[in-house]
Amino acid sequence: MSFLTNTSNIAVDERVSRTPWYLKTLRRPELGALIGAVAIFLLFTFVDTTGKFATLEGAAGWTDFAAPVGIVAVFVALLMIGGEFDLSSGVMVGTSGLFAGLLITQLGWNVWAAIAATVVMAAVIGFINGILVIRTALPSFIVTLGTFFVLKGANLAITKGLTGTVRVSGVDQGDGFDSARSLFSSTFDVAGTQFQISLVWWLVITIFATLLLTRTVFGNWIFASGGDANAARNAGVPVNRTKITLFVMTSVSASLVGIMFLLRLRGMQAGQGVGQEFYYIIAAAVGGTLLTGGAGSAIGASIGALIMGFAAIGIPYALWDQDWVSTFLGVILFSAVLINITISRRAQGGRKK
Amino acid sequence: MSTVNEPQDETNAVADQEIVAAVEEAAAENAHELPTGVQAALELKKVGKTFGSVIALRDISLRVDPGTVTCVLGDNGAGKSTLIKILSGVHKPSSGSVTLDGEPVEFSSPRDALGRGIATVFQDLATVPLMSIWRNFFLGNEPVSGPKALGLLSVKNAKDVTKSALKQMGIDLRDTDQPIGTLSGGERQAVAIARAVHFGAKVLILDEPTSALGVRQSGIVLKYILAARDRGVAVVFITHNPHHAFMVGDRFYLLNRGRLLAEFERGKVQLEELIQAMAGGAELESLAHEISSIRA
Repeated sequence: MSFLTNTSNIAVDERVSRTPWYLKTLRRPELGALIGAVAIFLLFTFVDTTGKFATLEGAAGWTDFAAPVGIVAVFVALLMIGGEFDLSSGVMVGTSGLFAGLLITQLGWNVWAAIAATVVMAAVIGFINGILVIRTALPSFIVTLGTFFVLKGANLAITKGLTGTVRVSGVDQGDGFDSARSLFSSTFDVAGTQFQISLVWWLVITIFATLLLTRTVFGNWIFASGGDANAARNAGVPVNRTKITLFVMTSVSASLVGIMFLLRLRGMQAGQGVGQEFYYIIAAAVGGTLLTGGAGSAIGASIGALIMGFAAIGIPYALWDQDWVSTFLGVILFSAVLINITISRRAQGGRKK
Repeated sequence: MSTVNEPQDETNAVADQEIVAAVEEAAAENAHELPTGVQAALELKKVGKTFGSVIALRDISLRVDPGTVTCVLGDNGAGKSTLIKILSGVHKPSSGSVTLDGEPVEFSSPRDALGRGIATVFQDLATVPLMSIWRNFFLGNEPVSGPKALGLLSVKNAKDVTKSALKQMGIDLRDTDQPIGTLSGGERQAVAIARAVHFGAKVLILDEPTSALGVRQSGIVLKYILAARDRGVAVVFITHNPHHAFMVGDRFYLLNRGRLLAEFERGKVQLEELIQAMAGGAELESLAHEISSIRA
């Protein structure tokens, strides 16, 4: 039984080579999205008929589209890494905008107070989502699909009931509108081109979420909760608390985007945001987040959102029919996920998982 | 080699004898001075567990000493899983008492048991495969730098400590950044054991750590069991493999159908006896007879 008594050579397994730097790079979940983003950028630069796609003006256009998607997609990605879905994240954008709008126009609230109340409301709905998922042990797909439809109906019914139309308008009459608008929906100048302030929010939130995920204890718990909830519990990770917090964060990020739209458009349509949840999930998946949880990145989700911005601006610039945007995104989703999976399998030494 | 191998042909008997001799030799080499007169780290007295009308365990008394390996042997359905769950705080015993360092205890949860120094390494549920080795190592015990409320991970520190702690247990890994799922089953168990030892487990419960592993991999795990033992940890090794148990065990408890069937100590038992007792001598004999009749 020399394998037991003479074990000095076991630990150093000659079959395992050192990890080369390129493998480490390939293991990064957002790599596929980054390659895709560069390729799609080049594609639209090439087919561009206006000559503006690869300019600052083009950049202002695609980041304007990408920022509101990215802000929520980043948290949807964290939630997905934590092993859950939130299909109500899109409709929450509408619910939040309408809620704040109605407080301002119907009850005459100060805009800042309405914003604070909206964030609290969103946190409560996120908390309810989380509690329902944990307590019922139903798939979050079902629970949040339910929330989605409840909110979608309520948005329409309450808006119609209070305003008689499907739109809340006249928010700019509220106190504090100008100061709130300057923080949430103004523009800033870069070499003569106007960029939306949402771009700054998006960048800050992406950095915050990335640090949260990779450099904090909570981030470790997110990976563990989504990777193997049982193993995480055995190691003493508060899995339930982690997941509920993620639901709250996702919901609050959607409310932030709702507030941005409300202030920018000086009003809100009752149907705003519906369907956006899929954009968030696509952005997260394109960015290398596993749909089964346990792996992914916040930067990746932002790159996914950026790709959507490229498509939304690049397709009309190329004079293609705008109706093809969704089809294009569908193809991107499929190929990006396929590439991500192939790369990570290679990087992990061919182990299929 | 009397009863077991009688009906078989000679080469088989010789091969079996070689294995037994080798296992016994390894066991002799792994032997160490048994601590005497010490306080048991964990002791069960007449513990029973019933689920409704099902009696899962009855009158189980066993003691686990620091710096020893206590093997709990039993076939499927013997009550091993229930016993682990009582030891690790998942279930509360229906009767009898559990004492930890001489004090009677009742664990409210696995977290409670863990807090009192009882670490359990569950067979498949010890690590999160997609997470890196260092993240797994510190899972639930993350080192924080800066203000505690911020919860900032000290990543560099975590990686260094992981590397050195694994090295102390004789596990040399080049890259603690790789997902732990890329390690072999034995290495993953070894990391889980090293983790428990590093975080100061007094009692380490291993649930079938070698059952899904090949010979070489099992060897790795057995080696780390001994490493943990030598660091003064009371190891509870739950297995249905008497060979593995015999090589590292100091005390052996045999479970069968929820009861304690036999209790042995190192040096007072032969591997043969252990196998016989475990399989139930008569059953094994009739099985050997059946097999030989099929061959003929």
